[in-house]
Amino acid sequence: MIRRLGAGLAVLWAAATASYVALLLAPGDTVDILIGDGADTPEIRAGIIAEWGLDRPEIVQYLAYLWRLLHGDLGRSYQLQRGVGEVLAGQIGPTVQLTLAAAATGVALAAVIAIGTAGRGRWPRAAASAAELVSVSVPPFLIGIVLLSVFSFTLGWFPVSGAEGPAALVLPALALGLPIAGVLGQVLRGGLERALEQPFAVTARARGLTERALVARHALRHALLPAVTMAGWFTGALLGGAVITEVLFGRPGLGQVAMQAVTSQDMPVVMAVVLLSAVVYVTISTLLDLAYRVIDPRIRS
Amino acid sequence: MTSLVTVEDLRVSFTGSDVVRGVSLSVAPGECVAIVGESGSGKSVTARALLGLAGPGSAVRAAAFRVAGRDAFAFTPADWRRLRGGFAGLVLQDALVSLDPLRTVGAEIAEVLATHDVAPRGRRAERVLELLEAVGVPDPATRAGQRPHQLSGGLRQRALIASAIAADPPLIIADEPTTALDVTVQAQILRLLAGRRAAGTALLLISHDLAVVASIADRVLVMKDGRVVEEGPTRDVLAAPAHAYTRTLLAAVPSAASRSTRLTTGEPRGRPTPDRSAQVLAGTGLTRSYGPRRVVDDVSFTLHAGETLGVVGESGSGKTTLARLALGLLEPDAGQVTLHRRPWSHRRERERRPLRPRVQLVSQNPLDSFDPRHTVGRLIAEPLRVHRDARHERVLDLLARVGLPPETAARHPRELSGGQRQRVAIARALGPRPDVLVCDEPVSALDVSIQAQVLDLLADIQTEYGTAMVFISHDLGVVHHVADRVLVMKDGRVVEEGDVAEVFARPRHPYTRTLVDSVPRPVPSPHRLDAAGAA
Repeated sequence: MIRRLGAGLAVLWAAATASYVALLLAPGDTVDILIGDGADTPEIRAGIIAEWGLDRPEIVQYLAYLWRLLHGDLGRSYQLQRGVGEVLAGQIGPTVQLTLAAAATGVALAAVIAIGTAGRGRWPRAAASAAELVSVSVPPFLIGIVLLSVFSFTLGWFPVSGAEGPAALVLPALALGLPIAGVLGQVLRGGLERALEQPFAVTARARGLTERALVARHALRHALLPAVTMAGWFTGALLGGAVITEVLFGRPGLGQVAMQAVTSQDMPVVMAVVLLSAVVYVTISTLLDLAYRVIDPRIRS
Repeated sequence: MTSLVTVEDLRVSFTGSDVVRGVSLSVAPGECVAIVGESGSGKSVTARALLGLAGPGSAVRAAAFRVAGRDAFAFTPADWRRLRGGFAGLVLQDALVSLDPLRTVGAEIAEVLATHDVAPRGRRAERVLELLEAVGVPDPATRAGQRPHQLSGGLRQRALIASAIAADPPLIIADEPTTALDVTVQAQILRLLAGRRAAGTALLLISHDLAVVASIADRVLVMKDGRVVEEGPTRDVLAAPAHAYTRTLLAAVPSAASRSTRLTTGEPRGRPTPDRSAQVLAGTGLTRSYGPRRVVDDVSFTLHAGETLGVVGESGSGKTTLARLALGLLEPDAGQVTLHRRPWSHRRERERRPLRPRVQLVSQNPLDSFDPRHTVGRLIAEPLRVHRDARHERVLDLLARVGLPPETAARHPRELSGGQRQRVAIARALGPRPDVLVCDEPVSALDVSIQAQVLDLLADIQTEYGTAMVFISHDLGVVHHVADRVLVMKDGRVVEEGDVAEVFARPRHPYTRTLVDSVPRPVPSPHRLDAAGAA
C-alpha cells in the first residue's frame, strides 16, 4: 500500500515536471508564453519574472515551482487577472456533478443491460451487443447533438443549455455516460457469462439458488474484476468527454475553462488543469486498487 | 420402500446429438449406487439431469422420471429449486473451483441454510460450525472465515461436502469427489462419504475409477457412450465382469499385479533389464529452498540406463522441485546432479545447452506446455536437430511411434483429447532421442482407461529405446506398475527408498505404510469402509 502511494506521488511529480518542461521548451520567451493573449505591460512582465523567479537559475526556478505547488499555490492567470486556484475552484462544482452523474448513468445502464442479457437467449444478447457497439463507436458530441435535437429542440423536455437544476444535467450525463455504458456493458456481460460457466455456478444452482440470486451473490462479483481493471480508461473517458460535453451543452465547468485556456493560450491555467487531472487519475486508481483487493481477497495472500 | 430417484430410458441430447441414450437407474433410501465410465460416457450429464441441471441447450426425455416420489416432468422451476440442496446435495470435483473462490466457505455453507430456510438467521453461524465439525474440519471457527484457496485440498473438499449436506438431504450426488486428491486424502473423503451413508443418506457416486467406488458402492452401473453396458452388485461386477468393457476398465487399473502385463490388453509384456553399470543421471545431497522453506532436503538418487525410478509423495512433498533439479532447470542450493557422471548442475547454460536434448520432460498438463498457436507438427519439430527436408518425415515417424495418425500433425493441441495431447507431449520429448525422460505426473489428469494407454506407450518406448525414466506420481498403483525402484518423499525428504515391490510389500516407514493402506482396491476387501473410520 505504501508502494502504491509512492507510485501515486511519483505520477503527480512527473505530471508537474512534464508541464514545467513543456513551458520551458515552448518556443519563444517564457514571459510571453505565460502572458498568452493577456494584457502586456512592463508591470505585469516584472510581476511574472518575480513570481516565477525567471531571473534566477533554472534549477532554482523549478524547485521554487514545486515548492509553490506543494503549498497549493497554482499561480496566477494573467489573462483572467485571478489566481488559478480561484478560477478552478469556481468551476469545479458543475464538472464534478456532471462526471459523477455520467459515471452513475454509465455504470447503472451497463449493469442493467449486462445482468438482463447475460446467458439469455440469442436475440436479447444480439440487440444489446448492437446497442453497445453503436454507443461505443459514435463520438460523444454526436450523441449529444442527437439528444439535444430530439429531447430539447423537438420535444422540449430538457433545457438546451446551462446548469440550472437537475433537468439540465440529464442530457449531458447521458451523452457522456452512454459510451461508458457500452464498453462496460460488454465487459460485464463477458465476465458474468464466464462466471456462470464455472463449476461453482453449478454448485450454487445445485443448492437451489435462483438464477437471479446466483448472479447477484456470485457471478457479479467475478464480473466486477475485469470491469475495475478498466478504471483508467473510464476516468480518461470522463475527463476528456467532459470538455466536449460542457462546451456542447453550454455548461459552466472545468471543461469550459480548459477549452478557453487552450484557445487563448493561458499557460498557467492549462498547467493547473493537467495537474488536476493527474490528481484525479491517481486518486481514482488508488481507490479502485483498494476496491480490487476487497472484491478479490486472493490477491492479498 | 419407494426409491428416491427413478429414471427409465433417460435420454439427454445437446443440439440434436445424444449424450445419454437410454439409461435406467434408481436409488433407494440409504443405498450407494455408483456410475463408472470414462469422460464423455455421459455419466456426469446423467447425474445432473437428475437435478434438472443437464445444462443449457439440453433436451431431457425419459419413459419415467420420478424424483422424491413425484413426476419430475411436472416440476415447476420452484419445485426443482426446493429439491436441489433440500432433497439432493451435489458434490463436484475440486472444491477450489466448485466453491465460489471469492467467498468464505462459511458463507457458502450458510447460503444453503438460508436458501432452504433450515436454520433461523440467528442460528446459522453456529450451524455452519457444526456442519464443518461434522465433516471433520478442525478448528471450524477459523476455517469458516477462510476462502477455498486458503484451505488444503482435503479440507476444502470437506467444506464442499458440508455445504451439500447442510439442508440434510436424503441423497448426495458426488461427481468425481476425490479426483485430483492425494491418496491419503482420497481415502479420508471416501470414509467421510461412507460415514454419511452409514447414517442413512443415499449416495450416487460418479467416477472414472472402478477402484475408488469398489470400497463403498452397493451397486455399480458401467457406462460407455451414453449407455449402461453392465450393472449389478459391486462385488459381482468386480469379481466376474460380464461385459468386455468392464473387464478392460478393471484391467486398466495399474497395480503390483499388472507389472508384467499390458494394461490395455492384459497381455504379458517384457520389461527391459536396467543396466546397473551404466549410471545415467544421479543426484547427491540435493537441497533447495524457496524463501525459508526447504522444499527439497538432502535428496540423493541414481538412475541407470533402461531403469525407471518412481518418486511418490503427496502434494507439497517436493516431487516437482526434484524434477526441475533433475532437468537442470533449477540449481540446487547444496548437492550436485550429474549426467553420465559429468556435472549437470552448476554449469554455465552455454555448456549445458548442447546436453539438454539428453534429458526431456513429460508434464502433467501438456496443454500448458504447448504454444496454442502452433500445430502439432510444429510443436514436435521444434526440438529436432535435423535438416528441414528430413524434419517432416521424422515428425510423422514420431507420431506413428506414439500411435497418432499422420493427420494429427496439421491439428492444434486444443482440438485433441487429453490422451492425444499427452501422446503429442511424449512424441515431442522423444524427438531428440533422450537418455532420460522425466515424467512429472504424466497420467494424473487422465481417465483410467486413457491412463492405461499412455502407461503402455511409455513402457513400449522404454523397451524399444532403453530410455531411463524418472516417474513422478502421487498414485502408488501407477508407480508400482511402472517403476523398478522407488523414492518415497515427504516434506522434501526421502523417507524410504528401494526396490518397488519390496518397499510397497513391506513398508518400513510409517508414512509409506499410510500411503499403501490408502490405495483404493478394485477387489472389494472383506473389511469395508464403515462409519467407525469416518473422521
